[in-house]
Amino acid sequence: MAAQILSAIITIIVGVGGAIAYFWGANRLLDLIFPSRGVAGMAAVDNLRRQGFIRPWLFIGPALIILVVYLIYPVIQTLYLSFHDRSGENFVGVANYAWAFGDREFQNSILNNLLWLAVVPAACTFLGLVIAVLTDRIWWGTIAKSLIFLPLAISFVGASVIWKFIYEYRGDGQVQIGLLNAIVQFFGGNPQVWISLPFWNSFFLMVILIWIQTGFAMVILSAALRGIPEETIEAAVIDGANPFQIFWKIMIPQIWGTIAVVWTTITILVLKVFDIVLTMTNGQWNSQVLANLMFDWMFRGGGDFGRGATIAIIIMLAVLPIMIWNIRQANKEGGL
Amino acid sequence: MASVGIREVRKSFGSTEILHGVSIDIVDGEFVTLVGPSGCGKSTLLRMIAGLEGVTSGQISIGERVVNNVAPKERDIAMVFQNYALYPHMTVAENMAFSLKLKNAAKAETEARVQRAAEILGLVPLLSRYPRQLSGGQRQRVAMGRAIVRDPQVFLFDEPLSNLDAKLRVAMRAEIKELHQRLKTTTVYVTHDQIEAMTMADKIVVMHDGIVEQIGRPLDLYDRPDNLFVASFIGSPAMNFLHGEIGSDGGPAFHGKGGVSVPLNGAAGAGGGTPVVLGARPEHLKLSDDGFPVEIVVVEPTGSEIQIIGRTPGGEEIVANFRERHAFEPGQTVKLTVEPNLIHLFNGETGKRL
Amino acid sequence: MAQASGKSAGKSFFGKFGVHLAVLVFVVIWTVPTLGILVSSLRDKDQIIASGWWNSFASSTQTEAGRLPPPENQVEKDGRFVIEGNIFGDDPPRTISAFGTRAAAPTQYAAGETADLGDGVTLQLNEDGTFVLSSPVALEGSRGQRVYFASSAPPRFTTENYETVLFSEGIGRSFINSLTVTVPATVIPIMIAAFAAYALAWMRFPGRALIIATIIGLLVVPLQMALIPLLQLYNGVGLFFGVPSKTYLGIWLAHTGFGLPFAIYLLRSYMAGLPRELMESARIDGASDFEIFLKIVLPLSFPVLASFAIFQFLWVWNDLLVAMVFLGSGANQLVLTGKLNALLGSRGGDWEILTTSAFVTIIVPLLVFFSLQRYFVRGLLAGSVKGG
Repeated sequence: MAAQILSAIITIIVGVGGAIAYFWGANRLLDLIFPSRGVAGMAAVDNLRRQGFIRPWLFIGPALIILVVYLIYPVIQTLYLSFHDRSGENFVGVANYAWAFGDREFQNSILNNLLWLAVVPAACTFLGLVIAVLTDRIWWGTIAKSLIFLPLAISFVGASVIWKFIYEYRGDGQVQIGLLNAIVQFFGGNPQVWISLPFWNSFFLMVILIWIQTGFAMVILSAALRGIPEETIEAAVIDGANPFQIFWKIMIPQIWGTIAVVWTTITILVLKVFDIVLTMTNGQWNSQVLANLMFDWMFRGGGDFGRGATIAIIIMLAVLPIMIWNIRQANKEGGL
Repeated sequence: MASVGIREVRKSFGSTEILHGVSIDIVDGEFVTLVGPSGCGKSTLLRMIAGLEGVTSGQISIGERVVNNVAPKERDIAMVFQNYALYPHMTVAENMAFSLKLKNAAKAETEARVQRAAEILGLVPLLSRYPRQLSGGQRQRVAMGRAIVRDPQVFLFDEPLSNLDAKLRVAMRAEIKELHQRLKTTTVYVTHDQIEAMTMADKIVVMHDGIVEQIGRPLDLYDRPDNLFVASFIGSPAMNFLHGEIGSDGGPAFHGKGGVSVPLNGAAGAGGGTPVVLGARPEHLKLSDDGFPVEIVVVEPTGSEIQIIGRTPGGEEIVANFRERHAFEPGQTVKLTVEPNLIHLFNGETGKRL
Repeated sequence: MAQASGKSAGKSFFGKFGVHLAVLVFVVIWTVPTLGILVSSLRDKDQIIASGWWNSFASSTQTEAGRLPPPENQVEKDGRFVIEGNIFGDDPPRTISAFGTRAAAPTQYAAGETADLGDGVTLQLNEDGTFVLSSPVALEGSRGQRVYFASSAPPRFTTENYETVLFSEGIGRSFINSLTVTVPATVIPIMIAAFAAYALAWMRFPGRALIIATIIGLLVVPLQMALIPLLQLYNGVGLFFGVPSKTYLGIWLAHTGFGLPFAIYLLRSYMAGLPRELMESARIDGASDFEIFLKIVLPLSFPVLASFAIFQFLWVWNDLLVAMVFLGSGANQLVLTGKLNALLGSRGGDWEILTTSAFVTIIVPLLVFFSLQRYFVRGLLAGSVKGG
């Protein structure tokens, strides 16, 4: 253990030192090869030009290499693998895709993913907006926001344990130590094994993600609401709008862009949701989702890379429109 | 159209009172500007007339009606904001029609009124654009259009020109004045720019630290400022002030620092030895051999006139304007005088006009 | 000013009251789950299953079984054979409300009552645990009489659970593993991203726009796309060099790769917002790009560097997927999230272990979050309001 801590510390020092040495050394080297100071006339200008040509690549080089190795190459390779068999060696055409759409478990995952997509982004955005509006009006709003924001710092696994404790079921007649069953029992209902109720169990898992992500939506939307020029609201007051009309006709239209951003961010997150399902049910009782299914196939029976890659590609396809929209948006704003 | 009455109005935020009993009478159809340095309470007063701020004590009435507890939309007023406050998600036409839509006005009538306002302001080709596609001046006009469409009893303007560049500001100034002459709607206009106040208003209210310093027609304020504050605030370049006292010997005269002496018409009731402040507008200073000496520090020719900035022997700064093209040089000493009937005298302790 | 609209909106007493109440309800829903595991982790493990944690400050009632001392302890008194004593022995004292001698009827008699056990044998068990067993004939056998009783114990809070999970359940070790993964995986990307971000914000070179567009595209690429090829790659490298394929270095680089697009995006948009005059005046003063970056841009970018560091720290600390794929499951490599997941499988019903482990897992993020919330929120706003 001590050795491990030591090696981690050494790595940090070596890593940071190495990075500094690389950036400093590469720059120094460039200055030495193409000196711009102490060289006469045109030679200095030429060298400066050459430096300007090379230096950006020294700055961006390490990042570029890592991006290529860890993201760009894998994306291409995953696409390649999705057309190959479990070992990745034999070309099988679209057989994996054909398998996927015929597989009951896969179909079930797609359906569940659609359910998650329909519920979670909407619920988070709606709750986030409501809480942002309400907390803006009270003196302890900041504290309230802080507390509602807090689950965002908790890992999905941690959150799963927290909620599993809430959903805990103990046999009829025993003391219920799960809050939900205790409440149900208090109102005269029968305790349930919530996470194994087919269909409904997905909603109990979604609650966890909603619990985590509402704080995110709230913070972003709260900032957007504060960004609305106060004068437009005053102008609407003078124009005769009531509070309801001010909210729907003046405030909401002005933050549509932000609502869309929050919605898509949570959408992407939902497509990738894995930890919650793995730890709560591991896909049992019809609660499977794509990301967990993909993980499953990566290791199932020694691992089927073809099918795993196929599922990854299908998740990617769902994200693709958002990706294209983002790039076009950035392009329009002149960010490129 | 209606008159606006403000009687003994006070406003406090928490324990700090920022309006200390303000009373103003605005006649039907009048163009009144509230002017004063920032923080004087003029914008707050305007927002109280609009109903955006509550009244702590006193009374505000529009027409015959006391409106202290009337909601903004019931007051029949329209307001133009400093930042225009256009609804960014609505077109120009929708911006202008919004208040009528909220009143459930007939569609045809709404369109007609928007069209008419757009014609008055030259906005017809812009009706289907969004605010972000407009220039500053155009936005300003839309904000006014939104006010006109409502055909209110009172227009309220809150520093509407301060976000425009200097040239556009002058143009819009004239445009607003023309609009008022055409519509004859009672207008309350807040500005910190005394030139704007002077050029546009039928009546100016000068405010300072939450009280009204003086109310009057523009030229009356210029010619007979009630006190030192108004004297220094109205007029550009500002009035010169010399500190001293009324001479106790011989005829009425002003004796200032460094031996400066200016003959007066009369002492306005002040006895010899009373501390006073003498005020003289820069354009009223004349070259004269029996004047007081001023050493020139800076010479600023503007083309139409020459302005000099100099110092009296007492170390007080003097600004003077001359329409004639004298050949002044920095370092040179000139002798200046003021015609006695153009001199303003103020009590040195209270600042009140003598 | 802000009150102008609020005033007309919800000035009435009930409107105001309603807002407070609604927010209170939300706050309760959002904090009670976490509070539940915190309170439970501090409770005695027998009490956790005896009553809901929301009752933990009240006495908990449970049914216990005990055995009286064996017959060899009997004494003869007034012609009867008697055993006296306290049923709790050295255990912490509880209050007995009822007792019985058959498992089917554990609360047959009220405390203090005298129970007739047949053959003239009687048993009296009092609230404080003292008992008198009395028999007309000498008791025989080597074992004492079985007794069932309902007892209520006062609430008992303890840090025992923490000692257990930290030192014997391996959570302590996993905590160190998590730190080992997280700190380098946070520091490395910052360095690399900062240089790249500066180049993309302030240097002109061909292909710049393409690189930025690619990075914005990579922002949303699901992690799942990278897992299989990287697993293959790591296995290949491991085989080729004869080294293990699951190493800390491997996961540091993986987290660096996955964090880079966001890091570059966040830092670049911040750096691009710095005033151009600043760079230009430094250049006129004779500074090179390297010096401008190091002495002007980097110090000015501190807030955004902090924002990203918090993000990356939380993301890596809370990650389960990457750790499961690129790290082993041995004690020397299992991180907290992985350990917690394993415990959910192996200690499913042992809530004293699970709640305590969960709390140990989330305590670091919570501390980071509370102390640096300002930077976190700023990064969140910068990262999502524009980018998504």
